Amino acid sequence: MSEVSEYRKQEDSIDISARSQALETGTETELLTINFGPHHPATHGVLRLLVTLEGEVVRDLKPVIGYLHTGIEKTAEDKSYWKVIPVVERMDYLAYYFNAHAFCGAVETLLEVEVPKRAQYLRVIHDELNRIMSHLVWVGTSALDLGAISMFWYGFRERETILDLFEMSSGQRMHTRYFQVGGVIEDIPNGFVERVRAFCKIMPDRVDSYMDLLAKNEIVLQRLRNVATLPAEELLALGVTGPLLRAAGHPWDMRKAMPYSSYEDFDFKVPIGTHGDNYDRFFVRMLEMKESVKIIEQALDGLPEGPFITEDRKVALPPRWELATSMEALIHHFKLVTEGFRVPPGEVYYPIESPRGELACFVRSDGSSKPARVHMRDPSFVNLQMTAPMVKDHYIADMIASLACLDPIIGGVDR
Amino acid sequence: MPDATGLELLAQELRDSEPGSVRDTEFFRGKGALHIEPPAVRATLLFLRAKGFEALMSVHGLDYYPEEPRLGVQYELLSMEHLDRITVKLRVPLDAARVDSVTPDWPTANFQEREVYDMFGVVFDGHPDLRRILMPEDYEGFPQRRDFPVGGEPVLFTKDEAFGRDYTA
Repeated sequence: MSEVSEYRKQEDSIDISARSQALETGTETELLTINFGPHHPATHGVLRLLVTLEGEVVRDLKPVIGYLHTGIEKTAEDKSYWKVIPVVERMDYLAYYFNAHAFCGAVETLLEVEVPKRAQYLRVIHDELNRIMSHLVWVGTSALDLGAISMFWYGFRERETILDLFEMSSGQRMHTRYFQVGGVIEDIPNGFVERVRAFCKIMPDRVDSYMDLLAKNEIVLQRLRNVATLPAEELLALGVTGPLLRAAGHPWDMRKAMPYSSYEDFDFKVPIGTHGDNYDRFFVRMLEMKESVKIIEQALDGLPEGPFITEDRKVALPPRWELATSMEALIHHFKLVTEGFRVPPGEVYYPIESPRGELACFVRSDGSSKPARVHMRDPSFVNLQMTAPMVKDHYIADMIASLACLDPIIGGVDR
Repeated sequence: MPDATGLELLAQELRDSEPGSVRDTEFFRGKGALHIEPPAVRATLLFLRAKGFEALMSVHGLDYYPEEPRLGVQYELLSMEHLDRITVKLRVPLDAARVDSVTPDWPTANFQEREVYDMFGVVFDGHPDLRRILMPEDYEGFPQRRDFPVGGEPVLFTKDEAFGRDYTA
């Protein structure tokens, strides 16, 4: 008994208050530059960071990128317009519907093709399913970085359901090539609406259960709250958009502010944060998933009848049955699959709201059937510039958490 | 978007405050663009910022091969208050591919100007850290130029090296 109390006394005599002040150590301590990545599970891809440390505190940080550069923009210049779609989809590999949407939107603007209402709604449904899927991967992997493995399995369970839905409508789970210039490639199959509805029914409850698991979790609160706070003005100067900007209290959302693809028809809220710390970034994304469910339900309710792709045969393939009876359809089909369609010369910048911010596609056409330039303004690439100001003078452990909350997709960064 | 008339008014105001800056205006598919002379880029962007275009969303390069001047740099500006977008376009010749950097005014241009330099070889004067960003640091050539062929990079296969064959074959 007395041995224990002796131990307690000794324990109490240790003063750790000096150690918890480590953030304010003077600059006389030696700086250490370490290489972090490119192959490291916490970099969510192949991101390399050159980190200058003072003890455990990050004093400077330089992101080094390009390890996943695949020259997609160059490849796109060598393909006819409709063959570019599957290539650009592979840039930001968690937001493939968005990549395809931005590219198709740009080409449609150049062609002045009107997208039928049903196709616009189908695009919205798939975009929002994709947004939920992307946020689920984000929450799963970010929680993993904080040491919570269950969230990863829960997140991927729902993600599987969404991928099954994608498989049902397009035949592919990832990189579906579902969006087509002028609409979508195929109408949704029988039973798809019911299955999406069933998913929409369970998803808000599932988000609530994630929140029960994480939102008031001691570790999450300690690791995320008041960490890596940046004000909205600084984020705007750095060009940061999407949930990161909204977490800092700036309610900029392209879907609300400058609606495209019939987003003005839907009633949804734009979740915003108040502090701009990592916890807000986490919270905003969780609430966004619920809002996406609302949009999907409204789109299913109001899904108009009609064509799912433009009737313009110069742009969209004729339906299969027409080929057997119409010579003209056969000619159009032959022309489209060999040369592709020609696009009037011009330059167009088409922005949409991706899960990570403003994703825009710039297309320059020289009048031929291949684009002269395709450029993606990828939000991950631009957002990555906030890493250094964000984690400066924070502990290296917080750098991992902040990087996770930044949600960079290296496929989109390097393209 | 500023309509066609609004764009002309904006361009005229810019001409008055910065003589010799605007070369042309363009209104295409419902969106306005200002074609400017390269030396006026910083002044133009600051002028537009004062007009409410407070966010620089994108900087990207392009190659107009075989037209001259060949290289182009474009700036996409956004006004979150007026829900407006405008493009600023400029062209530089291949042998004098230099533009003033806008990174001191718009920190977001940092990575994007580096990418334009990396891919097209446009040098941004006054950029704090102008290095290649996506390609390796020792890479030669500017791969996004139109006269740079796809597959223009030789690949070394060890099976050919062992036989002393031309490794690009």
